[in-house]
Amino acid sequence: MTARIGVVTFPGSLDDRDTQRAVRLAGAEPVALWHKDKDLKQVDAVVLCGGFSYGDYLRAGAIARFSPVMDTVIEQAKAGLPVLGICNGFQILTEAHLLPGGMLGNDHLHFICRDQKLRVENAETAWTSDYESGQEIHIPLKNMDGRYVADQYTLDKLEAEGLVAFRYLARGDAADGYGNPNGSLNDIAGITNEAGNVVGLMPHPEHAVEPLIGSGRTDGLPFFTSILKKLVNA
Amino acid sequence: MSRTPLDTVEHAAATPDVELPWAELGLKKDEYERIVEILGRRPTGAELAMYSVMWSEHCSYKSSKVHLRQFGEKAPQSDALLVGIGENAGVVDVGQGYAVTFKVESHNHPSYVEPYQGAATGVGGIVRDIIAMGARPVAVVDPLRFGAPDHPDTKRVLPGVVAGIGGYGNCLGLPNIGGEVVFDACYQGNPLVNAGAIGVMRHEDIHLAKASGAGNKVVLYGARTGGDGIGGASILASETFDDAKPSKRPAVQVGDPFQEKLLIECTLEAFEEKLVVGIQDLGAAGLSCATSELASNGSGGMRVTLDDVPLRDSTLSPEEILMSESQERMCAVVEPEKVDRFLEICEKWDVIATVIGEVTDGDRLEIYWHGGKIVDVDPRTVAHEGPVYERPYARPSWQDELQADDANKLPRPETSEELKDQVLKLVASPNQASKKWITSQYDHFVQGNTVLAQPEDSGMIRIDEETGLGVAIATDGNGRYAKLDPYAGAQLALAEAYRNVATTGAKPLAVSDCLNFGSPEDPAVMWQFAEAIRGLADACQQLGTPVTGGNVSLYNQTGEVAIHPTPVVAVLGVIDDVARRTPVAFQEEGQLLYLLGDTRAEFGGSAWSQVVHDHLGGLPPAVDLERERLLAEILISASRDGMIDSAHDLSDGGLIQAVVESALLGGKGARLVVPDGLDAFTFLFSESAGRAVVAVPRSEEVRFNDMCGARGLPVTRIGVVDGDSVELQGEFTLSLDELREAHEATIPALLA
Repeated sequence: MTARIGVVTFPGSLDDRDTQRAVRLAGAEPVALWHKDKDLKQVDAVVLCGGFSYGDYLRAGAIARFSPVMDTVIEQAKAGLPVLGICNGFQILTEAHLLPGGMLGNDHLHFICRDQKLRVENAETAWTSDYESGQEIHIPLKNMDGRYVADQYTLDKLEAEGLVAFRYLARGDAADGYGNPNGSLNDIAGITNEAGNVVGLMPHPEHAVEPLIGSGRTDGLPFFTSILKKLVNA
Repeated sequence: MSRTPLDTVEHAAATPDVELPWAELGLKKDEYERIVEILGRRPTGAELAMYSVMWSEHCSYKSSKVHLRQFGEKAPQSDALLVGIGENAGVVDVGQGYAVTFKVESHNHPSYVEPYQGAATGVGGIVRDIIAMGARPVAVVDPLRFGAPDHPDTKRVLPGVVAGIGGYGNCLGLPNIGGEVVFDACYQGNPLVNAGAIGVMRHEDIHLAKASGAGNKVVLYGARTGGDGIGGASILASETFDDAKPSKRPAVQVGDPFQEKLLIECTLEAFEEKLVVGIQDLGAAGLSCATSELASNGSGGMRVTLDDVPLRDSTLSPEEILMSESQERMCAVVEPEKVDRFLEICEKWDVIATVIGEVTDGDRLEIYWHGGKIVDVDPRTVAHEGPVYERPYARPSWQDELQADDANKLPRPETSEELKDQVLKLVASPNQASKKWITSQYDHFVQGNTVLAQPEDSGMIRIDEETGLGVAIATDGNGRYAKLDPYAGAQLALAEAYRNVATTGAKPLAVSDCLNFGSPEDPAVMWQFAEAIRGLADACQQLGTPVTGGNVSLYNQTGEVAIHPTPVVAVLGVIDDVARRTPVAFQEEGQLLYLLGDTRAEFGGSAWSQVVHDHLGGLPPAVDLERERLLAEILISASRDGMIDSAHDLSDGGLIQAVVESALLGGKGARLVVPDGLDAFTFLFSESAGRAVVAVPRSEEVRFNDMCGARGLPVTRIGVVDGDSVELQGEFTLSLDELREAHEATIPALLA
């Protein structure tokens, strides 16, 4: 028995196939979910993948958040269903208020694609338990609207309760993938909810799962092995 | 144009004396007379609209056709070619049942007028060409040329073009894996925005643009038709820019990548269910092109009701609907019993789809509007029998003088200090500097199959996860070489792209090209064009790589001044297992550096002559295609058998440019020694063709040397991967930090 992990395709989703591949490489069973379908096909966890759902028109994630599938995702996430939002998926999770804060356009106003250095700040969530807290990893980043913002109260709460899951490594030379790539507050790259079942981040772990492909590293695989272990051992 | 009464075929026949605005639509007098002769009457307004766009230079290739024939006539025997020139894109067999389609196109003129949308819709157009062959697009590449890097207008054009390519391609989910960025003042008023795409399919899934089977339905799907891009192709791409004329901004189309992404997915789903008989994308000349192409390539005729076309603007006239270049539209021919399922798939993806006509058993293309027949033509006369010009051409009077101005006579560095300064100046020059500021605005990870992306020698994509089968693509062109000698310049462009594919370990299979030139009405430009095609066709024949299709862009000139002749050549290659690919970056200290090929004192058109002396003259490097072939074979064998760990082709900037790039990418330096028989200057800066530098693990040294020796390829040991600087023994040492600063700071400083 392995775990069934759903990957939602919205119109404009781009990394759905890649995410399914990552799930498969980790040893779980990927299940395609469709935005118009409220049925989650009894999956054990859901990934909202990257892309430009609905063209990112209006505001990234703002339209996708109202699609039928999200009604069920929101309801079940509140009941404990593990949900990972990558890039556009993270934007959708904030629009859906499953995670606090939101994303603005990058401070330099350009799309940015690079292999980004991150630090794992919270290795106790459903999606990060295969990392060590404080571990430094390389994960590809590619977005236009990646600047995490939140009000001071929310930021204080995230910091005080250890809900910042990933931070951009701000030291060294930005050319090597170091440095805050977009002006995110507190260098935040990803966060988790209090229960640790909902995690969102801007970088793309599904693009770092094979040694030959993309960044040539496998630093993203633990996302998918973490959830698999959690589900299989549950 | 008055439409009361409706200008039907009947009305046109009854009113032969009505004056039509053929000249405003870009037709010459004799062309208009030819249309009247074909029809046996004056054309209706709608017919005139169709002929004018389809007979434009951009769509009809009327100036280039007589020369382009050589690509067919001289085509080498190749088992790999499944679909050749003439379709939306060529298709190549890459083995294991896979077929790959690829093509490069230009979007030059629109990108100067409106950089963001011009470049964005260039990506959109080439991607639809790929889908129209039945393939899933898997990657894009963008060869770009801009004016002087420090010219204020370059700061308008370049960031807009780059943002447009990124904005569109990123949103489609296509990794951008290659291309070039070149600066030269000759492109100031005529930037070259070429876009290439690759698609993958199984052999049995190849689709063609033809309408066959009487009774089959013609379905228009995708975006609604609007007023944008009307006459874009005919007017924008077929005339020289001239300050005296009014702004042509409204003629540029506006792209919606989200719509295109949906179009890709729903088209591929329809293909998967085998619902499509024939298909054509709507690009230049819009519905005029799609209907006439589909009808003339099929066995029957076609009847279309224009009233059924979904419109964005209900006030559009039938002529405008026919000419509109609204983006993100496709036209499919579907059997009647499959139409419902086809429409269902479109609905699933929220794509508007409408039956607008059907295939008839006649041989006419008939188009109706408000019940009246407004077009009744033989579609072949629209799509394929446009005018053909034998434009006069003559070797320019200045060519001899240019070639006599020998770059080898330019003053050379006399001291080690000068040599070092010129190395730094070279690697920091805008053309040789790192383009990371640009390429980091493109997604190269998406789809999870990117093995190599720029700045590697070629982009490489895995197409089968089980076997590791992959394809590689490189695009190259050097307008400076081609200006000195267009015949050799075109061959050097091919040779470089061919070499770049081989350097990464892939076997070159086929060629696509984008031929960017000035006005064909200038005999000197026409000579450059004719020479370049002759050179490219001869070289393709010799290297065994057929041209599968491509694009011609003429009228790239402002006033009397034409751009450098710029044939851009794309070479597609195949690699059995992407795990065997060879990257540019140095991998391990201690590995031995070898220079493959012969180095001669060849500086004509070189980066050194441009950077140090702002000079263009003499002859480009000599072409030796047999040597290119041998070099490629060695590089491919060495990759496959694990004899080399990194490789980089030598081209503009010569050996030192290549070594610095490999060192910076790998974060490992090199100690170099000038080989016997060469002086340090020639060793570093010569641009002799047919060369590459490779890093060989010590354990492979004997085997690698034996292979080169046995096959007769000159191989010279030039140093070792070592340390954190690039050192030329006895001359200079440059730290990697110093080199990185020089190489990477230039472009951001110019553009950020």
